[in-house]
Amino acid sequence: MANEHINAVIEREYTPGFTTNIESDTLPPGLDESVIRTISARKDEPEWLLEWRLAAYQKWQAMSPPAWAKVHYPEIDPNSISYYSAPKSMADKPKSLDEVDPELLATYEKLGIPLHEQAMLAGVAVDAVFDSVSVATTFRENLAEAGVIFCSISEAAREYPELVRKYLGSVVPVTDNYYAALNSAVYSDGSFVYIPKGVRCPMELSTYFRINESKTGQFERTLIIADEASHVSYLEGCTAPMRDENQLHAAVVELIALDDAEIKYSTVQNWYPGDAEGKGGIYNFVTKRGVAHHRAKISWTQVETGSAVTWKYPSCVLKGDDSIGEFYSVALTHNHQQADTGTKMIHLGRNTKSTIISKGISAGQSSNAYRGLVRMSPRAHGARNYTQCDSLLIGDRCAAHTFPYIESKQPSAVIEHEATTSKVSDDQLYLCQQRGIDPEKAVSMIVNGFCKEVFKELPMEFAMEAGKLLEVSLEGSVG
Amino acid sequence: MLKVEGLCASVEGKAILKGLTLDIGPGEVHAIMGPNGSGKSTFGHVLSGRPGYEVTAGSALLDGKDLFDLETEERAQSGLFLAFQYPVEIPGVSNMEFLKASVDAVRAAQGLEPYDNVGFMKRAREACTAVNLSHDFLKRGVNEGFSGGEKKRNELMQMMLLEPKLAILDETDSGLDIDALQVVAAGVNAMRSPDRSFIVVTHYQRLLDYIEPDFVHVLAGGKIVRSGGKELALELESKGYAWLEGAA
Ligand SMILES: Nc1ncnc2c1ncn2[C@@H]1O[C@H](COP(=O)(O)OP(=O)(O)OP(=O)(O)O)[C@@H](O)[C@H]1O
Ligand SMILES: [Mg+2]
Repeated sequence: MANEHINAVIEREYTPGFTTNIESDTLPPGLDESVIRTISARKDEPEWLLEWRLAAYQKWQAMSPPAWAKVHYPEIDPNSISYYSAPKSMADKPKSLDEVDPELLATYEKLGIPLHEQAMLAGVAVDAVFDSVSVATTFRENLAEAGVIFCSISEAAREYPELVRKYLGSVVPVTDNYYAALNSAVYSDGSFVYIPKGVRCPMELSTYFRINESKTGQFERTLIIADEASHVSYLEGCTAPMRDENQLHAAVVELIALDDAEIKYSTVQNWYPGDAEGKGGIYNFVTKRGVAHHRAKISWTQVETGSAVTWKYPSCVLKGDDSIGEFYSVALTHNHQQADTGTKMIHLGRNTKSTIISKGISAGQSSNAYRGLVRMSPRAHGARNYTQCDSLLIGDRCAAHTFPYIESKQPSAVIEHEATTSKVSDDQLYLCQQRGIDPEKAVSMIVNGFCKEVFKELPMEFAMEAGKLLEVSLEGSVG
Repeated sequence: MLKVEGLCASVEGKAILKGLTLDIGPGEVHAIMGPNGSGKSTFGHVLSGRPGYEVTAGSALLDGKDLFDLETEERAQSGLFLAFQYPVEIPGVSNMEFLKASVDAVRAAQGLEPYDNVGFMKRAREACTAVNLSHDFLKRGVNEGFSGGEKKRNELMQMMLLEPKLAILDETDSGLDIDALQVVAAGVNAMRSPDRSFIVVTHYQRLLDYIEPDFVHVLAGGKIVRSGGKELALELESKGYAWLEGAA
């Protein structure tokens, strides 16, 4: 009776699901060298970058998609995807917001991300990426005063080639995996951040990714370099229209935290998850990794509520002694969504520390897996890891799995692992209802309570958003 | 205030209530006693709308409103409060947050403005003090790790904040130490008013020394088999239930 009660209504509202009607310059589906040359030419890229892409393409052709994750989806035909799509109005590279197509600005406005600086969240600079191009980056002058570079990665390749050339692919090698190789060959746009030595970035930086065109893939690339003793907090958000077809999103994010630097990287992922029957939605296959040098700290926080399939393991290579890695994750799956997500903490240096807090919430008929690796290398004297993996089930048709892998080659390293599974019980819902609280509000309250430890890691402006997002995502999980 | 007639209800296909009739006027306190398993808790759950409890015959009107037409949360919003015999835990949700959501929902349904955070905090602290719970309990998860007696006092504290029209206290005295019993009784007495009624389910005459009932009923075999004044409780105390017709 009670489960029937919980599962009775399964439908959800996806408010960012609208489409922007603009003229786009979209390459026909298909992938070969000429496509890569075209992308590179559209972006006026230096020759070495084209060579780098072509080399990646060569390697990719010999690779195959990973099959080990606990996700099922029909094979993706790389030739059915268009690899480049940009609003026509972006062709002559608008110099300021006034020159940007009002349709585009209206899209971001509607998504709650106004790009006019006076209307924006104070203290947050935004790079807005629409399909394959960056539409605008706000607050650039203010950031430049502090010496901070925040621009699209296409622009960075032209303006700061030494930095890009030195670090691109240095953390996630081209051949790391099938999707990373594909991304290296065809990546379209994304953000570039450089924080100079000793500078504390005066604002939150954020990138908002929007897929609009149908039959396109989004292959964004983000590179963040925090020079010695600098500090930056960065947030990404993502949405897409509701479409019946599945769309591929294969991003690569690389973080470099040099000695004593700190990078805090937060994600609120709300790609279209598909409808209640599991039709449509984004395939979110993402490679994210950071390298922490001596005493540096990298902290990943992610709130994953969207996408039909998520395959994502933001990781830390703790290369320097006394470096710190953190991973805080909330992954919510509903209806037919599937998520296989977690992290890798690679302890190379001495006295390196890592913390993993993963909260998986499954509702409907979804499947939610945590997959994590903690590796202690022979050099990692005194290294420590603490992992806590909690799963919350709503209803009895969903599934939660935990796959923790531990490899320790250093006897003095300490690894702790805790895991729990709980269920939103009918008695809990009844107690809430008896106190006048409707079941949906009750579930969202219980879920928010479950996620508290992770939400408190989000920048303040976004913690509230994340809470609301869970509420919307769970709409209809209770009858 | 509450008018129950010929109420029959079953749980998982098993008939538990078999023609229960009860009339409670405004401001009255009715005690319900009866053997284990006779259906006292079931009665409370049927009134409050616990999922899985099926009404097969009869009616229940709260202030003329048919309770069985309302969702569980709507009954609560109409002023029905049930203090549970076995309160459940909701880890991760703080007592404070839970109380605020509850009071806001009930007030909103009654067309009242929500309390501001500061004002609400003050009221919540006062309610804690009234049932002799430390204010730290507001920060803890709902009932999480509370002792038996603390859970009962927490239920009462919620009643005080929600100011219901009809409060059903299901063995709120069980598991309380002697001091706590007096605290709880004082709390209930302070809440008594001409437009608030109580159903007090208890096994012990002692509670009724502190909370003086207007009526005492014996529930046995799914119906009321005897009603009387508070002297009935004394009689039950000395004779037990066996002498009553229909008692199990
Ligand atoms: N879910 C259920 N499935 C089957 N029987 C149930 C269920 N819930 C309650 N019952 C039965 O209904 C009967 C009445 O239970 P109820 O809890 O109302 O008794 P009570 O009068 O409150 O007893 P006590 O004094 O022990 O609290 C009991 O025989 C109990 O076993
Ligand atoms: Mg009982």
